[in-house]
Amino acid sequence: MSEYLLLRHRQIPDIGNLTVYRQNEGFQAFHKAVTSMKPEEVTEVVKASGLRGRGGAGFPTGLKWSFIDKNKWPHYVVANADESEPGTFKDREIMENNPFQFLEGVMLCAYAIQANVAYIYLRGEFWQIAAHLDRKIAELHSAGLLGDNLFGTGYSLRLYTHLGAGAYICGEETAMLESLEGKLGQPRLRPPFPPSFGLYGMPTVVNNVETLTNVPLIIEKGAAWYRGYGTEKSAGVKIFSLSGCVNKPGNYELPLGTTFRELIYEHGGGIPGGRQIKAIMPAGASSSLIVANEQALDTPMDYESVPAVGAQLGSASVIIIDESVDIPWLINKTIHFFKHESCGKCTPCREGSYWMMHLTERIDKGKATWKDVELLKDVATQIRGKCLCALGEFSIEAVLSGIDRFRQDFEARVGAREMIETQP
Amino acid sequence: MAKQVTLTIDGKQVTVPEGTLIVDAAKKAGIDVPVFCYHPKMEPVGMCRMCLVEIGRPVIDRATGQVVKEADGSPKVQFGPKLETACTTPVSEGMVVVGASEKVKAGREDILEFLLTSHPLDCPICDKGGECPLQDLTMGFGPGESRFIFDEKMRMDKHVPLGELIYLDRERCIQCGRCVRFQSEIADDPVIGFYQRGRSLEIVTFSEPGFDSYFSGNTTDICPVGALTTADFRFGARPWELNNAASICSQCPVGCNITFNTRREARSGGRMVIKRVMPRQNEAVNEIWICDKGRFAYHFTEGGGSGNSERLTQPLVRKNGELAPVSWDEALQVVAERFRQAGSGLLTLAGGRLSNEDLFNLRQLTQGLGGQTALYTQMAGGDLVAQVGVGQGTNFADMGAGSAILVVASDLHEEAPIWYLRIKQAVERGAMLIVAGARPTRLEKYAAHVVRYPYGSEAAAILAMLNSLSAKRPNLPEPVQALARSPELQAAAKAFAGAQNGLVLYGSEGLGLEGSQALAQACANLLISTNHIGRANNGLIAVWQRANEQGAWDMGFRPRTDLAEAMKSARVLYVVAADPAGDDPSMAEAGEFLVVQELFLTDTAKLADVVLPVEAYTEREGSFTSGERRVQRFYPAVPEPAGLKADFAVTGQIGQLLGLDLEARFASKVMLRIASQIADYAGLDYVRLAEVVEQWPIVGRGDVYYGGTSYENSQGLGVQLAPAAQRGAAVPLAWPEFASQSHSQQASAEGLLAAPINRLLDRGQTVWPSTLLHSRIPQPYVALNPADAAVLRIPSGAMLQVTLNGTARLAAAHLDENVPQGVVLVPRSMGLPIFGPAPVEIRRAEVVSA
Ligand SMILES: Cc1cc2nc3c(=O)[nH]c(=O)nc-3n(C[C@H](O)[C@H](O)[C@H](O)COP(=O)(O)O)c2cc1C
Ligand code: SF4
Ligand code: SF4
Ligand code: FES
Repeated sequence: MSEYLLLRHRQIPDIGNLTVYRQNEGFQAFHKAVTSMKPEEVTEVVKASGLRGRGGAGFPTGLKWSFIDKNKWPHYVVANADESEPGTFKDREIMENNPFQFLEGVMLCAYAIQANVAYIYLRGEFWQIAAHLDRKIAELHSAGLLGDNLFGTGYSLRLYTHLGAGAYICGEETAMLESLEGKLGQPRLRPPFPPSFGLYGMPTVVNNVETLTNVPLIIEKGAAWYRGYGTEKSAGVKIFSLSGCVNKPGNYELPLGTTFRELIYEHGGGIPGGRQIKAIMPAGASSSLIVANEQALDTPMDYESVPAVGAQLGSASVIIIDESVDIPWLINKTIHFFKHESCGKCTPCREGSYWMMHLTERIDKGKATWKDVELLKDVATQIRGKCLCALGEFSIEAVLSGIDRFRQDFEARVGAREMIETQP
Repeated sequence: MAKQVTLTIDGKQVTVPEGTLIVDAAKKAGIDVPVFCYHPKMEPVGMCRMCLVEIGRPVIDRATGQVVKEADGSPKVQFGPKLETACTTPVSEGMVVVGASEKVKAGREDILEFLLTSHPLDCPICDKGGECPLQDLTMGFGPGESRFIFDEKMRMDKHVPLGELIYLDRERCIQCGRCVRFQSEIADDPVIGFYQRGRSLEIVTFSEPGFDSYFSGNTTDICPVGALTTADFRFGARPWELNNAASICSQCPVGCNITFNTRREARSGGRMVIKRVMPRQNEAVNEIWICDKGRFAYHFTEGGGSGNSERLTQPLVRKNGELAPVSWDEALQVVAERFRQAGSGLLTLAGGRLSNEDLFNLRQLTQGLGGQTALYTQMAGGDLVAQVGVGQGTNFADMGAGSAILVVASDLHEEAPIWYLRIKQAVERGAMLIVAGARPTRLEKYAAHVVRYPYGSEAAAILAMLNSLSAKRPNLPEPVQALARSPELQAAAKAFAGAQNGLVLYGSEGLGLEGSQALAQACANLLISTNHIGRANNGLIAVWQRANEQGAWDMGFRPRTDLAEAMKSARVLYVVAADPAGDDPSMAEAGEFLVVQELFLTDTAKLADVVLPVEAYTEREGSFTSGERRVQRFYPAVPEPAGLKADFAVTGQIGQLLGLDLEARFASKVMLRIASQIADYAGLDYVRLAEVVEQWPIVGRGDVYYGGTSYENSQGLGVQLAPAAQRGAAVPLAWPEFASQSHSQQASAEGLLAAPINRLLDRGQTVWPSTLLHSRIPQPYVALNPADAAVLRIPSGAMLQVTLNGTARLAAAHLDENVPQGVVLVPRSMGLPIFGPAPVEIRRAEVVSA
């Protein structure tokens, strides 16, 4: 990549230093917005840029901001730094190395919706990052970039970090709001959505760290400039967290629409030991398994093309599975994760994930029969479309696509059982 | 009225107000949508996913905004790809809901199969078995066999005490959250919650003592499985063995409608016994809730006639200094003879736990002989309640924006928990609450205005409110004028006067007879002057200490301030349902001859010349008049015990022996006499009191999954009386006398004034026999301000000698910053003789080592 938009520390190593960040146009967008733009204008530019949420759902960011209910005050911004999807580790790199660009994104969002308080909700394991951000926030106060009457305009803004207690579900925005309010982290019914009923019942915008980190450059350089990256419907760049059976795992900032092949073989250095790629999970554990055939490898990674091969882009935590990996083993791992993380609020996910775990465990241990595989499929199908939130719905993606698309692996496992049973 | 919306549910056209949830719309139309987490009294949460239905909505043409039509002209309806939850989706015009399809059937079966994978299936030993939503819905919609390997079930703890009253079986819990939501949304005692997550989610309590809430028992009614059970009923009986009898709770003036569940059982010697108390729906009184006192304190009624409880079994007559059992004939003869001789020297002293019929007969008898009656109480004002309110048709459920509620001198959470709950809800609907008190109470959390006055200035505070509005009475004493200058008081007065509806509840905290009479009069003046009388949701309510004190006033009983002297000078004293000697040893010197009619051998009964044993209210019929002046019937729950009679019957029989025309056989006939002689009760009879109308939500039928196991009301909603003001009578203002001495002058040498307070769970005769509650009842105590305690060198918890009304008793010291300085709070019915404000002396008791 010629020029980084998000992982700029890779080109400007000291960008985490406030002086260096400011020397590189840092906080010019915020200054410009607060002193010379109406809040709605900021939202309009973001809308025009085509930026979509990087937290998973890909919802148009500017549109979300425009939904904020102007009849209820105060408004809040909550930055989602829960980063809990297995295989996702992009927000962390941003916050550790390019914190000011992220914070400026939060601040621009706050200005756009006229929030005077913004929270950054971090997963509990990110306590060091939270301390790091707290120091950066203090620097911004000293520099007059946060606090009251900013640039003499009367606008005031404060940022606070908040640590979660280690639950994947708290990345789901409404569970996160509950947790932030000090309650048990369980999703709320939606609608109403956060822009009308969010933190403490007040209008709230929740955005992912990466989403917000795009905003300063969009305000500074304009929507048209941003649209120069990516595709028509999936504008801009995306950080792909590449992991699994690949030679060079890591974060890769690439335009949306880059193919799997380019990511895996050009940037990721291909599969270790020259082995054959078998499957791709483009959205971490929440992902369907894509059969990694030629057509799949040539699929552009954007919000429209990935569904065409039977999966979702999600947060773009691309996990590579090669021929050495047994799919029932993988499914078992995945289901253990969901069983562990199901919040328990709704029946199908709570009970279904527990039941599926027993089945995948049995299948993986080679103690199952084909009937168990079919039962697993039944249970997963029974969960589908009945859950309160997306976690439960995600939990069956790998199971159903795994059984459908890698049936031979399951047959082999069940075969092992039959062999054991026939031994004297 | 809300806009009406018409939709189709399973082919049936239904019209309901906008905003109604599909699940309720279906219920109204008689179509069952199974639910677990949804409850019609609480906000929907959509957790259990049991209520899945197919929902179709008319297709709207974007360009024209018109409904798109099918070829045949009918509106085109589009169904979503997924099943949706009927409990979270409000109805909309033209919606088509399908609950009877194969897809929905399969969906419900799926959810039940999931729930059952983690359920222990121990129905044969489960208290809920037989009235269990999970059991019922499994029969109705569930899969026939299990595909889950039983050994893979997650085992969890089975006998977890959430405190002393409620037990949790963790395995049975289906995580519907109803209990947690009840405690936070309805009771506002958020003392239980979910801990952990996923399949490990479990209910925990985080209060000390566990599950510390006066409403905890209600969670066992709405728990859709046998996860929550009461320590009282646990493993006590199977629901299908139980009979039920409609009744009224006798523990406080709210008059909650209840059902006694009874069974004949071997372990009780083949007798019918009460196994549990369940709420019975009366949306105008208690909705479908009761407090834990009502649920657990019924044990005092037990054992009538059996000889294996504290209950009296036979009439007793003093012979040679000893009380000896005699026949009823003999006892009644002795009593009748003495009464005849006494004539106008008869003083009948009755307590407020008696029924209207008992009280009426007592008054007829006494008047017939030219004697006098007195009500044994420490609170006055029932005559004013009968004049100014509350208006017929009053219902807390109808109070919201535009209604003002003033609570004065009462800690409602302790004295009438269901009123506390209903006022809280009225505030949530927009009602304006004013709490006037000498110290903070829980209800103040919901108050828009708090008026603080010193103990002794209760009536003054209300008069000050009135005066701040229009200077009705210029020559107010200085303390009142000082209060009247308080901006908070003025704001409260203005808000009250300006409200469309105004209701006042006054209590007896810090007050005796004179004080409460003055307070009631002040409240009546405020209501009259602000025109808050003679209409529904307006007027006066007394927070009595006993269930039927209002009925006693209505039957003509009045308390008297010179009771002690009157008792001494009476030739014959007839004490019914009262224990003055137990409350205050100095009252023991009764007159020449003492007749006591009682359940127990009380301290007063021990002194009696004749003791007449009576039936508990659970063993007979009768009626109570609630604080809201609703006359309500109670029915016999268990058969009449041999050897005992109802109070009205005993009195009636004595009267008949004296040649008076009294009804002694049927309570219903006594009611007819009441109706003919007491104007406010005109037209009442037991048939009218038994009338019901359809109530919402529909509960207690075959659908226990919907509203819980509270009972449907098919035995009577009662009749609310109209006060004189509503019947067109003029109600003039009258000005209360101010006590010549202010309370500070009344204080003791140390400057300490004892102020009585009321506690829900006390050591009274109708509570103490329920041993389950002992853990929630403290040792006798008094509460004082830490500053006063410091001066007197009293550490927290120290044992004190408390000298009150000439009697010294031991009590523990509770230090509480909320107690005003110079005041010692003394709980009533906790073993200390307190009736009204009085000087008190306290000092540390000598520690006697064991
Ligand atoms: C189970 C679950 C976990 C999620 N975890 C995260 C997360 O860790 N970080 C995140 O940004 N979004 C997460 N999301 C998505 C959020 O709910 C939300 O859509 C997002 O934060 C919105 O921000 P965006 O529009 O900028 O993507 C999760 C969603 C679900 C259902
Ligand atoms: S789907 Fe799972 S995580 Fe989401 S609410 Fe239901 S139980 Fe909780
Ligand atoms: S204990 Fe009962 S009411 Fe409470 S969550 Fe469990 S099943 Fe529901
Ligand atoms: S989800 Fe509707 S009843 Fe539980």
